[in-house]
Amino acid sequence: MMKDLAMHIMDIVQNSISAGATLIQVSINESAKDDTYLLTITDNGKGIPAEMIEKVTDPFVTSRTTRKVGLGLPLLKQHADSTGGSLKLESKEGSGTVVIATFGLTHFDRQPLGDIAGTMVLLAAANLKIRFVYEHTTPDGEYRFDTDEVNEMLEGMSISEASVMRFLKEMINENLKEIKISG
Amino acid sequence: MGQVKSLADLRKIKEDLQGKMSLRENSNNPESLVQIRVAMATCGIASGAKQVMEFFIEEFDKRNIQAVVTQTGCMGYCFAEPTIEVTLPGQAPVVFGYVDTKKADDIIEKYVKNGELVDGIIPVNYETIEKK
Repeated sequence: MMKDLAMHIMDIVQNSISAGATLIQVSINESAKDDTYLLTITDNGKGIPAEMIEKVTDPFVTSRTTRKVGLGLPLLKQHADSTGGSLKLESKEGSGTVVIATFGLTHFDRQPLGDIAGTMVLLAAANLKIRFVYEHTTPDGEYRFDTDEVNEMLEGMSISEASVMRFLKEMINENLKEIKISG
Repeated sequence: MGQVKSLADLRKIKEDLQGKMSLRENSNNPESLVQIRVAMATCGIASGAKQVMEFFIEEFDKRNIQAVVTQTGCMGYCFAEPTIEVTLPGQAPVVFGYVDTKKADDIIEKYVKNGELVDGIIPVNYETIEKK
């Protein structure tokens, strides 16, 4: 079972990677006013065929061949539903997929965000050719992390160097603290 | 409270690294490095694959072992997650199951450093549910 949202994100992003995405954008938008916690994962991968999209939240539907079940999206849907939210998918074959999960911000069953900094940095380090963008908006402000900007700064050095990863994690965590993200 | 870190601070890290890098050899030739692939599908993630992957990256850095740590999808051994595939230079890949950070430490110390096998190897001819 996924213990926090960061684990769900790590999982759903794997779908985008398998779909051949070169740009994967994770956004979280906290709205105290509407009491919602909106998670959006957007990719430019190959997309999901129309006849498949209705069925992807069925645990017994998967496009993979190593096993017959696919639990990533069903688990995310179950979690979103349990907090009074929902899961929506929009996809166009050939241009990408958007996964939109809405949670109740203060709902008792909404899992904490967890180690999002570590998750994004690990994803970036393990998939050097993919551009990752992470955006987090709260009533106190917003923060944006973009691996394109990191790579520009690194001038050819790899994100996967342990000391770079350590630094990026600290940087993201400090900035998220600044905008007072919910746990 | 001090200044919040920004990308500009990355320059310092980069300069430190550049000094170290010049001492390293082979870094442009992945074939000559230890390669670890961590299975990161739903099953792996739910069982703690992220911690295991972070552990390998940190420990290889600390113990000064040159290695490439990447991720892969489900290998079909969901029952044995987290699973990892270790490829030592010039050798066939070996898949280890039930890898927590303690087992990971064992794998680095025994298998990666000395080529000594440790418990938890999943034989390559093992049948997955699909093949049965």
